[in-house]
Amino acid sequence: MLSRVADSIYWMSRYVERAENLARFVDVTLNLILDQPSHFESQWEPLVYTTGDQEYFETRYGEADGSKVIEFLVFDRDYEGSIISCLNAARENARTVREAISSEAWEQINQFYHMVRGASHRQQAENQTESEFFDAIREQSQLFNGILDATLSHASGWHFANLGRLIERADKTSRILDVKYYTLLPDPNDVGTTLDDLQWSSVLRSVSGFETYRKQFHAISVDKVVEFLVLDRHFPRAVQFCINHADESLHAISGSPLNTFQNLAEQRLGRLKSELAYSDVQSIVNGGLHEFVDDLQVKLNEVGEAIAEIFFGRTTKVESTQSQTQSN
Amino acid sequence: MSGKLTFEGYQTEGFHDELFNNRGQPRPGAQVLVDFIDSLPEGKLRERQGAIERALHRMGITFAVYGDESGTEKIFPFDIVPRIVEAFEWNHIAAGLKQRIRALNLFIDDIYNEQDVLKDQIIPIELVTAAASFRRQCIGLRPPKGVWCHITGTDLIRHKDGAVYVLEDNLRCPSGVSYVLQNRLLMKRSFPLAFAESNVRPVFDYPIKLYETLVQLAPEHVNNPQVVVLTPGIYNSAYYEHSFLAQQMGVELVEGRDLVVKDGFVYMRTTDGFQRVDVIYRRIDDDFIDPTAFRKDSMLGVPGLMNAYRSGRVALANAPGTGIADDKVIYAYVPDFIRYYLDEEPILPNVPTYICAREEDRKYVLANLDKLVVKAANEAGGYGMLVGPHATPEERAEFAHKVQEDPRNYIAQPTLSLSRVPTLVDDHFEGRHVDLRPYILYGKDVWVLPGGLTRVALRKGSLVVNSSQGGGSKDTWVLADVPEQVVDSEAERPI
Repeated sequence: MLSRVADSIYWMSRYVERAENLARFVDVTLNLILDQPSHFESQWEPLVYTTGDQEYFETRYGEADGSKVIEFLVFDRDYEGSIISCLNAARENARTVREAISSEAWEQINQFYHMVRGASHRQQAENQTESEFFDAIREQSQLFNGILDATLSHASGWHFANLGRLIERADKTSRILDVKYYTLLPDPNDVGTTLDDLQWSSVLRSVSGFETYRKQFHAISVDKVVEFLVLDRHFPRAVQFCINHADESLHAISGSPLNTFQNLAEQRLGRLKSELAYSDVQSIVNGGLHEFVDDLQVKLNEVGEAIAEIFFGRTTKVESTQSQTQSN
Repeated sequence: MSGKLTFEGYQTEGFHDELFNNRGQPRPGAQVLVDFIDSLPEGKLRERQGAIERALHRMGITFAVYGDESGTEKIFPFDIVPRIVEAFEWNHIAAGLKQRIRALNLFIDDIYNEQDVLKDQIIPIELVTAAASFRRQCIGLRPPKGVWCHITGTDLIRHKDGAVYVLEDNLRCPSGVSYVLQNRLLMKRSFPLAFAESNVRPVFDYPIKLYETLVQLAPEHVNNPQVVVLTPGIYNSAYYEHSFLAQQMGVELVEGRDLVVKDGFVYMRTTDGFQRVDVIYRRIDDDFIDPTAFRKDSMLGVPGLMNAYRSGRVALANAPGTGIADDKVIYAYVPDFIRYYLDEEPILPNVPTYICAREEDRKYVLANLDKLVVKAANEAGGYGMLVGPHATPEERAEFAHKVQEDPRNYIAQPTLSLSRVPTLVDDHFEGRHVDLRPYILYGKDVWVLPGGLTRVALRKGSLVVNSSQGGGSKDTWVLADVPEQVVDSEAERPI
């Protein structure tokens, strides 16, 4: 397929996934706040902090509170990380490859964009609570993914979409975990309390993982939650799952056998896959979850750069000595 | 909304109406439609009109409203009352179009090669060489089978006298056919029953006919030719159409930056490396397709494309250079070309045209500016035009000056009265002026799509149908000579 088309499909899919994860992110915070004493109001700040754009936020909005953060993360057209901006980017990418994806998929992304745009236009969707609105965003994204899976031939176009979706998802699941780990653990006295359980359950709920977790582990414990969200091979939002399946799509695109590599992207992703496969939760926690997540995100970025260079013909910052590695 | 929508009280107001005769009775082909609309329950037609508009929105057939920060988008206006062309009329139009396209292709091939038409003094040489769209780079080109213009969208109008005239030939990159197909799809969903009974001819096979036309152009030794559509990109106003046609034909939609010329062949950059391209349906004007041959500042084109084309290693549709016959001065000679090349009388007349380069015509034009429409020879889309009867004395004086300065660049035509079709206006029907753009493909033979784009001037009294100036579109129903012809009856169920 055309490199430009592959590039757009990959990003279309990443941006939809990004919008969905943002909605999950905000929703979990909303839920947490409803369930806890008022002194936890400061929950909103970490959300701004994870974007890395707190300077922009402060200049434009001042002190963080619920409605400001929602305006910022959902409706702010001038902020490129907001849900509306992500959907706009997803839709513009889809528009340039309308002929390469199915009409149904295009119509869905178009409708999705208009739904959120319409809500921002009215400031808040009428007759809809905030939580329902975020549910609707999640549903729209899932509908899009379902349509893509059911109407697009599972050839290289679909694999590029899948690759974008899973790399984005791995990144965002780790981020949700990172933020919550950071904000939930400051007070060791809370560990093991009802409040703690409540908070970790809502983290699991935000990635639709609560029920699966319960079946596997029953009681909530921080280590188990980390193990589940990072190392589970079967849960579709767990990091390991995402990496394994992204790796399959990457090999389907190039045609090289699994567990071998012909290009830098396959090499980098394969290494990451193996690292996770032979890791365990204790070593992750002992080494510091935050450090682990940082490292994971750097590696995911490097995979992304290699994909852009090899398949989309984009020049990136990849060091040339590394890109000469070839299998025989 | 007040009461039922019917045609009761509808006035043709002395214009030629496409659905009603001058006594206000439905024309024979329109009877089924008129009865059908009159029989609809209250509110139904409006509801269907609304449903169609929502569907267009959903399908993203929209354009951004310039300067609106909140991202508002609008659809191209669509009117639910179709225009009907009866079989006998269509047969006449189609025959006229086929004849015209043959003659125009012979002319273009001649003018870039033997130039017999100049030697035999059918048209003065200075009128040809002075045309802004004459491409010296095309001299000596021999496109396969002598066909230069494979895709045409001719603009027709019907005057008060009931006759159909050719207004423009549009031999470069005519757009709008995607609207013909989408309008039909939406109308079939809305009125399956009226379709079945009206014997409307189908238009759905245009993309496959287009594909067949394009595949035939491939260099002869190529098996499984790779066909692509070349678009200027997402910001072009016809981008939706480029994407739609590529999708419907099942071919790649490429931009200039996706293509590269290597060792004389054209390739596209794919995730598996370079792939050969054999046929390009280009929706980029001549000037922009190859910066090494035409405009050097073009960012849209492919350097080296013209050389690959010249050596027969890639085919282009349409061929470069066809714009020469779109020049409005050359247009005036098309009836002469038909007589000269085909030895036939033109079936469809031209709009009478005064050529300002001729002294006698110029005098007449300058003396009658208040009655005439003056047009620049190389403009389209309603630009560079003076509509005399509606212009101010200052505007007329300005055009008089322009004509005297550069007579070769101007022609004038009488102000024609365009026919009308009933159109939904608030809670009733009013007549609105329309034109008609049929689409013609020229591969092995000439094929005319039985349908076309009916553009409608939605503003009361307006004669300007261009979408940039308040125009919309309607579905165009070409009726079959029952029972031999195929009919578009496999309508979808109502939604």
